[in-house]
Amino acid sequence: MIWQQQSPKQLFPNILIFDMARIVGIDLGTTNSLVAYMKDGQPCVVPDRNGRTMVPSVVALTDNGLIVGDSAKEHLTRNPERTVYSVKRFMGKGLADVQDELVYFPYHVTETGGVIRIRLGQKSYSPPQVSAMILKELKLRAEASLGESITKAVITVPAYFNDSQRQATKDAGLIAGLEVLRIINEPTAASLAYGLQQKTQGTIAVYDFGGGTFDISILKLKDGIFEVLATSGDTHLGGDDLDRVLVDLFIGDIRDRYGIDVSRYPDHMQTVRLEAERAKIRLSDELKTKITIELPEDKGRFTRELTRDQLESLVAGIIERTLAPCRIALKDAGLTPKNIDEVVLVGGSTRMPLVRQRVEALFGKQPHCHLNPDEVVALGAAVQADILSGGTTDMLLLDVTPLSLGIETMGGVMSSLIRRNTTIPASAKEMFTTYVDGQTGVDIHILQGERELVKDNRSLAQFRLKVPPLPAGVPRIEVTFLIDANGILNVTATDMRTAKSQSIEVKPSYGLSDTEVERMIEDSFKFAAEDVTARKLIEARLDAEALIKTTDKSLLEAGHLISEKDADDIRTSLSQLSTAKNGIDSRVIRAHMAELEQTAKHLNVMMLDHSLKKSLQGKKVSEVS
Amino acid sequence: MGYTPCRLLLMDNQQSPPHPDTRRQLQMARSMCWHCQSEVTGEYFCDRCVKVQPVSKETDYFTCLGFPRRLLLDPQKLEAKFYELSRTFHPDFYQTKSADEQTISLSNAAVLNTAYRTLRDSIQRAEYLLALETGSVKDIRTSPPADLFEEILDLQDTLEEYRASERDSDQGHRLRATLQTEQEALERRKEGMEAQLRQLFADWDKLQDAGEATSLARVERDRILKEMRDLLSNRTYVNNIVNDLAATIA
Repeated sequence: MIWQQQSPKQLFPNILIFDMARIVGIDLGTTNSLVAYMKDGQPCVVPDRNGRTMVPSVVALTDNGLIVGDSAKEHLTRNPERTVYSVKRFMGKGLADVQDELVYFPYHVTETGGVIRIRLGQKSYSPPQVSAMILKELKLRAEASLGESITKAVITVPAYFNDSQRQATKDAGLIAGLEVLRIINEPTAASLAYGLQQKTQGTIAVYDFGGGTFDISILKLKDGIFEVLATSGDTHLGGDDLDRVLVDLFIGDIRDRYGIDVSRYPDHMQTVRLEAERAKIRLSDELKTKITIELPEDKGRFTRELTRDQLESLVAGIIERTLAPCRIALKDAGLTPKNIDEVVLVGGSTRMPLVRQRVEALFGKQPHCHLNPDEVVALGAAVQADILSGGTTDMLLLDVTPLSLGIETMGGVMSSLIRRNTTIPASAKEMFTTYVDGQTGVDIHILQGERELVKDNRSLAQFRLKVPPLPAGVPRIEVTFLIDANGILNVTATDMRTAKSQSIEVKPSYGLSDTEVERMIEDSFKFAAEDVTARKLIEARLDAEALIKTTDKSLLEAGHLISEKDADDIRTSLSQLSTAKNGIDSRVIRAHMAELEQTAKHLNVMMLDHSLKKSLQGKKVSEVS
Repeated sequence: MGYTPCRLLLMDNQQSPPHPDTRRQLQMARSMCWHCQSEVTGEYFCDRCVKVQPVSKETDYFTCLGFPRRLLLDPQKLEAKFYELSRTFHPDFYQTKSADEQTISLSNAAVLNTAYRTLRDSIQRAEYLLALETGSVKDIRTSPPADLFEEILDLQDTLEEYRASERDSDQGHRLRATLQTEQEALERRKEGMEAQLRQLFADWDKLQDAGEATSLARVERDRILKEMRDLLSNRTYVNNIVNDLAATIA
């Protein structure tokens, strides 16, 4: 939520922004994250050197510092207490929201000031900070691949994310040094990719079942307009939950067979979790699979067989839970399954045959995933980034707010101001007054959710509206609630009697305060500078070593071809560089390298000449020319 | 000391209609470009500096979407206009523009979305027009309309009985069947009211198209508006009962 005090000056600062910097699209996933950009009118995902497009959303603290991605994933079993995964499940949440599932996470989770903190070694990090590390990795990857600095991004979130979760994602971007130009919903991002690449038209349902979240969005695609009709979902329902069913099964088996409680061994718990995930994935292609898990305390190895039927009967209930939001979305859109022209599958969990069967049964048509379900969200984010930078002009996404927005009124009841599935940007105004003479403040409690009672909805923030001390009912304070195109709420207040805007001091119920975010950005830049210095030093040392080695070799082979004085000069420069190499200033090392290159210039010419002659020895003239 | 808020007006996502005089004044005030101060004759952009212009907060939703105050609107045309204006105002297309233009685009897009949401639904459209024409917000009926009074009272009794009964018992099944029949009857009643409304909508449009300023026309106008108001509030009442019924026996 953004709180602003509007004054005419702020409304009209005469600044023009000319900016053509590239904007990337980022899918910040529960399990994996990707970065994509628009190239010649087509979105493409940025791969690493090995051609891998997905960065595992894992951060590990090692003796050499924090690492992210594939290398961090290796620490899940080696170093479970210091390896953070699925951090997206904690974004914009308080400890009470996630209490039930903490048992599944080996890392230490606490709460300070309404925000979850994750302990890594001596320090604690908020979920946005951990997400920022993943974003930085993607940023570096894009910079390395594109050869330019990346500072702007579109980041995707589950459509059913509430205001706190969206704000936390925006904070993560800021901490990573990215200006987040737009937060867009994952299923709608996917629809953009389909609209562009498959020229899809008509009414489509996007069923997005990922690692940690489930979304359903129903859209109308017509003449380049992507109008979301309704969206629903569950931000705590994904592949992680499917894995947990298997984890519980294996732990029970091991306990029965070996009398060992694996849950007491965090590293083995991770082995079990990863094996559960792999077995689940294998069973999408195979009918049965074998599970092998090394047991703690040298108790040997646990093996068992698991069939697809067994898996399906275990997870059927979880998959069933995705269908209720689908029915709600259809109802909200005023449609029946017959009205849906196409059903598109997004997210890794849709690879399960049972998921496809259930979706097909509900909509009465075969769902498809012509585009890679792991990549399609990032591709769509890149399309949206291109729209924002003015590249694509024929496509426009009209999204909705997934949850109703309201305020607390007398009796602990929520009164809605903006209903769910309202097209955004959306605004509502509310006039407030007093009911006691001389009252100087009105407390406003902002809520998000669909339930009647305040306690059943999400508290977004509370603030006190300052009211001039007047007889009851006389003050007129107009509060405007505006949901912007990111789905984030902005609030402004105006005293209608004086037409003066007033500042609102707000206490967000969840999430970081502005000052805290600022400090985290500073920290991140400070460490970024340290990181860069360290990297420069390592590179300079390596380069210096290589230069010393080749110069030594040249002296040995071609030293007799230059004057004794030249050779002495080179030896002096060499020893100076050797000393500088052990220092900590990369610039000093580079300076001595330049000096050595200068003094050894003649030697290098002679050396080249010498090796050329050597290679030509014994060859006829005709062979050379 | 904390106070729970005292809401002055429940706007129900609709702006209260402006007084006709204020409306004219504000529209005149906005004919000057905020940026170059030249007169704006174009609809949404300044002809001189091509800057987007704010849609006045007092512009009614019909004007905003470029439609006359009629009640039978072609949904296809309405949608096409909404899409066209979305392309004109959506913040996505103002990302590289100045902060002022971004603010205007955001607020224009929010007004446009509210306007479309209101006019897209024929009932909401009629309620909005009624508020514009008569200057009062819709009245919410709390007691059943006279011709339904007996029926609704009986229905309430059956509902009470059903709630108290064992769902799976013979009595439960019997009551459920009765309620279902009642629901269907009320739905037919609602459809009847909607048909009557459509007729009134057509009458309204015909009267407006004729554009006569005779006293006869004024009487006709008042008749339509009054009948429409009564029908709308009765329909809302019946609609709520039907929804309640559906939720109870679901």
